[in-house]
Formats: sequence, structure tokens, C-alpha cells
Amino acid sequence: MAACIEDVLAKAEKDEAERLKSISVQKELDLEFDLGNLLACDKNSVDAHGLKSTKKEDFLRSLARDNTQLIINEIWKHPTERVEEVIVVKLPEATTPLPREKPPPKPKPPTKWEQFAKLKGIQKKKKTNLVWDEVHKEWRRRWGYKRAKDNTKEWLIEVPENADPNEDQFAKRNKAKKERVAKNEFNRLKNVARAQKLPIPGQGLVPTPQQSKSDLTRAISVAKVSTASAGKFQERLPHEKAPKNTGKKRKFQPLIGNFSDERQKQLDILKVMDSKKPRIDMTKAVNRQMREEDSESRSNARKGPGKKGRRGNMSGKGKGGGGKGKGKGKGPKGKPQNQRGKAGKR
Amino acid sequence: MRPLTDEETKTMFEKLSKYIGENIKLLIDRPDGTYCFRLHNDRVYYISEKILKLATNISRDKLISIGTCFGKFTKTHQFRLHITALDFLAPYAKFKVWLKPGGEQSFLYGNHIMKSGLGRITENTAQYQGVVVYSMADVPLGFGVAAKNTQECRRVDPMSIVVFHQADIGEYIRNEDMLT
Repeated sequence: MAACIEDVLAKAEKDEAERLKSISVQKELDLEFDLGNLLACDKNSVDAHGLKSTKKEDFLRSLARDNTQLIINEIWKHPTERVEEVIVVKLPEATTPLPREKPPPKPKPPTKWEQFAKLKGIQKKKKTNLVWDEVHKEWRRRWGYKRAKDNTKEWLIEVPENADPNEDQFAKRNKAKKERVAKNEFNRLKNVARAQKLPIPGQGLVPTPQQSKSDLTRAISVAKVSTASAGKFQERLPHEKAPKNTGKKRKFQPLIGNFSDERQKQLDILKVMDSKKPRIDMTKAVNRQMREEDSESRSNARKGPGKKGRRGNMSGKGKGGGGKGKGKGKGPKGKPQNQRGKAGKR
Repeated sequence: MRPLTDEETKTMFEKLSKYIGENIKLLIDRPDGTYCFRLHNDRVYYISEKILKLATNISRDKLISIGTCFGKFTKTHQFRLHITALDFLAPYAKFKVWLKPGGEQSFLYGNHIMKSGLGRITENTAQYQGVVVYSMADVPLGFGVAAKNTQECRRVDPMSIVVFHQADIGEYIRNEDMLT
């Protein structure tokens, strides 16, 4: 009995020791740590015997446990602090470079201005965000809402010497601003289109420094039909050619024209339609085949009962084969024939 | 009113040929006078030359109908045959279906033809072939499309559809205002 108790106690002790393994791990070579990535490299040779043994899983688990213990030991060497009842450690910078997940972004295609600036060697100058506003005596943003030196907030504008005195200078200024905004937006769209290699917006008859011949001919044809009569009374130059690609007009034959011509045309259409028909009509061919089979089986069925008796006398073999086949054919196919006969009589 | 364009003529002939095959020639090339097709309000009329010339006196908006209306072009440029064309289709029809007296009424009310109403059918009628429907006394009643070919018709059960309804002479009463 005593031995038994001792055994149990020893076992419990052993289990406890197993559960709470020592934090000190012995290794031949020290591990290399990169705590920023929580990474440790174990350069010790792996025990080949342990790997091949039947307790491979246990061996690997214990190896992993030991190495993890070493990382945690390493972490504890760093200064700790307490933040909201939790002990935290500030990890050092990572030393192992990791490859990025996605390819680096492609550089944006340069806008027209960036191209020009590069050509001329124009550098971007950094300007301060805030500037001193003399009127309000405070620092204000250089642009945007509540900007310094806001000329839209002026209550009076001096009419320039050479301007029309009745012109509304405020409206003029607003209009100019709106046009500048619109132009900027247009240029932005052009940049987007150029980057995506789309046709640049604003096509048609926009003023260009050098118009090609096709541009000019198109401009002429557009101008010629842009009259009140849609170009009907527009005179042509002596050797001017008729404009191309001006669209087709629907035209119908006269209501009472040449009737024989019309008939001939319709007959020609019929001829073409006939020639396009397939020579062998598949469904028709299949139908014909089906019909032949039907009539054959019907005639066999009709002959059947008379012959059956005779054949039976001749040979058992012939009767068995022939009788079976006919019996099958007779059942379903005999019926419709009868029905049809009745329908015809009615 | 105007003659049909080539395209329109082709669509119409294709539809007609489903019922009368190459007999369209007999409609175009008639020994008893010149007949032609004319389009008016999207409807195709089959008119003799004589009547056509008389009809030119009537203004377009006042003209309701001339000759025989064969059908109309839908907005998608398909051609729909009207029951009024039956007088010209029936004599030349290639595939026919005869109805038992019991099935006649159902068909004239615009229903499909069941096997039970079928009296006779032309041999080797293909599936989806245009057919002209007759009563047992050989009175043309309308036209439709064969749902089954002749062989299959023999085998199917009495309540299955053998001919799809397209037009019947009951429409003269039911759809009087549509038929111009």
C-alpha cells in the first residue's frame, strides 16, 4: 500500500516537472535573434535519430518549445513597462529584410506640365502654407477658403481706364474664375486620356495650329450643310467634289412604276431563296426513314397472325426469334393504326 | 403606300414560303392580271394593278385598307401573317391539317389543336412546319405551326398539342378592328 502511494506521488511530481519545464535551455550554438520580426534562427544540427524515431512528433514539439522559450527569454532581457495592467516590451527594429507582398506601384505617367517642366528644367519650389494677411492682421492659408488676400471678397473694384464703364467687373471676375476652373478640368481630363491612350477629348473641329487636309475638307462639308436649308441651296465651286460619308438616304421605288420589273425582281429574290435551301433536309430524311419503318412494321403485323401458325410448323428456332421481335413491334404500333382508321371513317 | 424594299420582300416571302413553299410564284406571276404587294401603315396589301391605280386618288391618312391584307411588319421588322391572307394561302397550301367537328370550335376560339381534335394530317409534315387548318368538309379555318411531325402525332396521347394556333377565322369576330 505504501509503495503504491509513493508511486502515485512520484508520478504526480514527474508530471508537474514535465508541465513546468525549466526556462533555461541548453544549446551548443547560440541562436540568432531578430526580435523585431520575433524571429530566431537555430543553427544547431538536428538530431537525425530523433527525427527518424517513432516519437517524431514529440521530438519536433519539444524542439519548437525550447526555441520558443529562448525567444521569450530574449524578449525578457529588454526593458518592460506596464500599460493598463499589461506588461509590454518595446521590440527593437527588425533587421531581416522581408520581401513586399505586391509589386511596387508603377510610376504615374507624367502630365503635360510635368513633361514641359522636365524639358525646361523647372524645379518645384516649396511655398509655405500660411502667409501673413495685412488686412486681417493674422496668418492665413495661401489658397482656399478664408485665404489671405482674397480678391473675391473685395467690396469695391476700380474700373480700369480702358474698360467699358457699364461692364460689371464683379461678374467679369467670376466668369474668368469659372473659365480657369473649366480649363483646368479639361486639361486634367486630357492628361487622364493621354495616360490611358484614349482619344483625347475635344475632338471635332477644335482649333489646331496646323490643320490636315482631311480636317479642312470635313470643316468645309460641315460648314456647307450648316445653313437654314441644310445646304440645299449651297453653291459648289467649279471642280469641287461631292462630300464623302455624308450618310445614306432611304429611297423607295415609285408607287406606280414598272410592274413587270417589280415582278422580275421578286422572282429573282425567290430564286435566290430557293438556291440557299439545303439540298438534303435532315428532318425530312429522318421522317421518311421513320415512316418507312412504320409501314414495314405495320405490314408485318398484318401478315403476322396468318404466318405465325405456318412458321410454327416449320421450325422452333425460326419461330422463337421472329415471334419475339414481332410481338414487340405489334403492341404499340398496331394501336395508332386502328385509331387512324376510325378517324378517317368519321 | 409604297412598294416593299428588297429586305422586306425577303422577310415576307420567307414567312409565306413556310405555308405555300415555291407556290409564291403563282401569286406574283398571275395570268389573270398584274398583282403586287404594297406597304401601307406597316401592313402589306396584295392588290391588283387596277385597284392600286384607283387607290392613288385617296390621300394617305384617309386610306384604311385596299386589296387583301397579308399581314404586318412588327416594330422589329418581323412579318406577321393575318387571317385575311388565308384566302390566298389555302389553295396553295403544301401541308394541311383537318379537324374533327369536335375540335373545330376550340380552334376557332383561338386554342391550340390537341391530338383529340386532329382528323387528318398531311404525310411527312415536319416539326414546326407551317400548316393550313381545314375542317373535315375542306373549309379552311386558319393556319398554325405543327408542334410534332406526322409520325410523332400518331404516338402522342390525346391531350397533347399537335398544332400551335396562329390565326383562325374566328378572329373576324374577335379582332374585327385589328383586321384592316
